[in-house]
Amino acid sequence: MPYVPHTDDEVRDMLATIGVDSIEDLFAEISSDMRPASFDMPEGLSEMDVLTKLEAMAARNATDRVSFLGAGFYDHYIPAAVDALTMRGEFYTAYTPYQPEASQGTLQAIFEYQTAITRLLGMECANASVYDGGTALYEALMMAVRKTKRRKIVVSEALNPIYRVMLASYTSNLDIEFVTVPHKDGQTDIEGLKAAIDGETAALLVQNPNFFGSINDFTELFNACRENKAVSVISSYPVLQTLLKTPGDMGADIAVAEGQSLGLPLSFGGPYLGIMTCTKKMVRQMPGRIVGRTEDSEGRTGYVLTLQAREQHIRRQKATSNICSNQSLCALRALVHMCALGEMGLKRAARVSVERAHVCAERLTAIDGVEMLTKGPFGNEFAVTLPINAYEAIARLTERGYVPGFPLGRYYKDLENGLLVACTEKTSEEQIGIFAEMLKGALK
Amino acid sequence: MKTIFDKSVAGREGCWPCEGMAEEAYIPAELLRQGEIGLPSASELDVVRHFTKLSQRNFGVDGNFYPLGSCTMKYNPKFTENVAALPGFTRLHPVLPQLQGAGGLCQGALEVMFETERLLSELTGMAAYTLHPMAGAHGELTGVMLMAAYHKDKGNKKTKVIVPDSAHGTNPASAAIAGYEVISIESVDGIVSPEALAEVLDDEVAGMMMTCPNTLGLFEKNLPKIVEMLREVDALLYYDGANLNAIMGKMRVGDVGFDIVHLNLHKTFATPHGGGGPGSGPVGVSEKLVPYLPISRVEKQEDGQFRLNYKHPKSIGYVAPFYGNFGVVLKAYAYMLRLGGPGLTRATENAVLAANYMRKRLADHFEVPYNRICMHEFVASAAGQAKAGVHAIDIAKALLDKGHHAPTVYFPLIVPEAIMIEPTETENKETLDRFIDDLIEIAELVDTTPEAITTAPVTLPVTRLDETRAARSMELTDDL
Repeated sequence: MPYVPHTDDEVRDMLATIGVDSIEDLFAEISSDMRPASFDMPEGLSEMDVLTKLEAMAARNATDRVSFLGAGFYDHYIPAAVDALTMRGEFYTAYTPYQPEASQGTLQAIFEYQTAITRLLGMECANASVYDGGTALYEALMMAVRKTKRRKIVVSEALNPIYRVMLASYTSNLDIEFVTVPHKDGQTDIEGLKAAIDGETAALLVQNPNFFGSINDFTELFNACRENKAVSVISSYPVLQTLLKTPGDMGADIAVAEGQSLGLPLSFGGPYLGIMTCTKKMVRQMPGRIVGRTEDSEGRTGYVLTLQAREQHIRRQKATSNICSNQSLCALRALVHMCALGEMGLKRAARVSVERAHVCAERLTAIDGVEMLTKGPFGNEFAVTLPINAYEAIARLTERGYVPGFPLGRYYKDLENGLLVACTEKTSEEQIGIFAEMLKGALK
Repeated sequence: MKTIFDKSVAGREGCWPCEGMAEEAYIPAELLRQGEIGLPSASELDVVRHFTKLSQRNFGVDGNFYPLGSCTMKYNPKFTENVAALPGFTRLHPVLPQLQGAGGLCQGALEVMFETERLLSELTGMAAYTLHPMAGAHGELTGVMLMAAYHKDKGNKKTKVIVPDSAHGTNPASAAIAGYEVISIESVDGIVSPEALAEVLDDEVAGMMMTCPNTLGLFEKNLPKIVEMLREVDALLYYDGANLNAIMGKMRVGDVGFDIVHLNLHKTFATPHGGGGPGSGPVGVSEKLVPYLPISRVEKQEDGQFRLNYKHPKSIGYVAPFYGNFGVVLKAYAYMLRLGGPGLTRATENAVLAANYMRKRLADHFEVPYNRICMHEFVASAAGQAKAGVHAIDIAKALLDKGHHAPTVYFPLIVPEAIMIEPTETENKETLDRFIDDLIEIAELVDTTPEAITTAPVTLPVTRLDETRAARSMELTDDL
C-alpha cells in the first residue's frame, strides 16, 4: 500500500485501542444513503508506470520551438541554485509559519524577499501572499476601494488585457465602475488618463512597460491622483525594473508585478507569484501574510508573521481579504534568483534582453511592409504591424519551428495585423536572424 | 542569523545569466532608475550556504511530525517532483494554445488538465471541474461567484450566505468579499442542526458553506436533511473540500447533493506546502452550474484532440490568467494515477484510523470536548491545564522542543484552548506513539513543574518571539 506504513498487526492494535472491530466502524456516521452512487476510479499504477505515462504526455508538448512569445510572461535563464535550494525539504515540505520558533527559515526568507522586492520597486512594504500578477492588481484595486470608499476605477487600455478581463470577472457582483481610457497606437494615453481622474476616482491602474512594450514615466499622472486623493497603482515587470525608474520614484501608492520572470518556469501558466508592494500608509489595507522582525525572550533577532488582525483567521467576514496562503515557495524562488544573479547579474539579464529586442526590431522592420507599432522607448518587447493578419503569420512560422509572438488582434479589434514580439537574454542573435528571414519569406 | 543583505560585499559577482553587458543607450536617461538597487552582491557559494543554513532553521514534514489540524500535512511522494520537472511541461508558454494552429503544440498539457478534471469529478461525484483557482480560498471565492451567477441568471434576489461557526475561517471572508452578507449559525453538539438552520433560512439565502468533516473533525450526519431544506428555497450548498482526506471513497459530495465543492490539491492530493504555498483549489459543480464555470474550458473533440473553449456566454469569466497552477495540478494528477481509487480510499481509512487512535490515547490526559468517533482530525483542549497557568500555546512550544511541529492551537474558535490534531495516514505508529507519549509527559509536567513548559522552546535557534513588539515596530524590511 503506497505511502501508508501500518502493518496489519498495527492496524489491529490501533482498532483495539479505539475499541472498534473494523476500520469500517469508524465511518458508521456516513449512512447508506450518503454512500457513493458509483466510484469508477482507475486502479493504481506503479511510480515507474505513472512517470512513463506523463513523459509521453510531456512529449506531446512542442517545447522545442524557438519562441518570441512574451505578453507578460518571459523565459529568462534560471540559475541551477534556485532549484537546488528551494527543493530542500526543510523549505519545501514546511507549512505556513504558525509556530515562528520552528519556522525561522521560512520567515527570514520572506523578510529578505520583502526587502529585495521593496528595493527593486522602490516601495516601502511588501507581502508574499498573492497568487499572480493579475490577482495582485485586483487586490490593489480592492485596497483602493476600501481606502477611498469610492467606486470608480480608471484603467489604461494599454494595461495587459489578460488582467483587465480578470478584473471584470472579479468585480462583476460588486458596485464598481471601470473607466477604460483607450491606448493611442500602443501608447499609454497619459493626458486622457489624467482627464479621467477626478474626486470620484478610487484608483488609477497603469502598466510599465505597457502591454505593447512601451516605457513611460508616470510621475505627473500619479501627482494628479494625489491631488484627487485617488490611489495610484502600477503594474511593472520586475526584471526590467533593474533599469527603469521605480514606481516609488514616480510616487506610486501601490506597485504590483507578475513575479514569474524572477526564477519561476513558464510551466503553462503557474504556479506564478503575485508581487504586491505599497507605501507604509497603505500597509494595513494590504492583504496576505507579512513578516516583521522582532526579538526573542533572550534579545536575539527573530521573525514572525505580523499585522495579523487584518486576516481571515481572526476577523472572518470582516477580514481585509480571504487570502490564506502565502505563496512562500514562489517568493523563495524569486529571492534566491535575485541573490544568485546578484545586483549585477540581474541588470545584465535585463540589459541583454533589451539589446536583443532592439536588434530584433531593427531586423524585422527592415522587411518590406513591417512597421513599428510601438513608438518611443521600449524594453525587451515591442509591437510591429505586418502586411498580413498576424494570426496567419504565426501559423506559417509555427509550422517551421518558430513562434513569432502574440497576435494583438486577440484583444484589440483594430490591430489584426499587430504582432507583439519579446526577447530575453536567452534569445540568440542567430535565432533573431533566422526569424527575420523566415518572416520575410512568409510575407511574400 | 545575519541576512543575505548583511553578507553582501560590493563588487562581488554572482552567477552570470549570459555573457556580455549591453549599453543602457536604448532607453533615454530620464526613464532610467537612479543609483544602486541594493540587491545582494554575493558569490554563488555565499548564496548556497546562506539558504542551506536558513533551511536548517525550519521544520518540514521531511524532518518532523507535523500534526497541524486542518492543514493535512501528509508526506508527499518524491516522484511527483520528477513529473512536474519534465521540460515538456516547465517550458510550455501559457499563451501558446491561444495561437492559431498552435493548439496541437500542447496536446499533452491539455490532456493532463482534461484527465485531472475527469478524475476529480468521479472522485467527488460532480458534473464538471475548473482547475483555475490557485488556492483553496481562491476556490471558495470562485465558488461563491458561481453561486451569484446562478442566482442572477435565474432572477433570484439573494443577499445572504450561511456559514456555520464550525466552518473554516476563510469561508465567511470569501462570501463577504464576493458581496454577500454572512449569517453565522452555532453548531449543536459539534455539528449543524436542522433546527438552528431553520431559524435563519429564508428566500434571501443564496447558499450555505459547509466544511465536512467540520473543524472539530466531526462528520455532519444531518447532511441529507440540510440539503432538503436548502433546496426548498433554491439555495445552493457549498462544500469546503479542504478536509476531503477524510471521506475519499466513503462519500461523494455530489451524490449527497452539494452543488459546489473546492478541493485543496496541496492537502489531499499530496503537493508539498512550500511554507504556505503555492496551492491549487479546483472547483467542481453540479450539472445546473456547469454553464457558469470560468473560461477557458478544456474539451476533447471527436477526433481525440483537446482544445480550449472560450465561448461560454454564461461563464463568470476569468478567475486566473490561464489554467490555474498547472505545476501543482500535474503533481496531483500523478498522485491520483499512482494511488488509484483503492489507494485513495485506503489513505482516507488510515488517516481516520490514526486520528481516532490518538484521540483515544490522549483523552485520559486532556479534555476532548467531543470525545466520540472523529474523522481525520480531532480537537483536544488545554482548558484543564490552563487552570494551572499552562496554556495551549505553551504546550505547543513544549512540543517543538521535543522535535514535533505543534498542532493547530486556538482554532476552531468555538473550543477554548483548542489543540487541533491531524496525524494523516503517512505517519507510522512509532511516530504517533512518541508524539502521544511526549504530550502525556507534558501534561504531567503541568502538575509538577509548569515553568518548564511556559518557558519553552529552549532547543531551537530562538526562544519565544515577541509578536506585540513586531506589530508595534513594523520593521518589515532590512534598512539600507
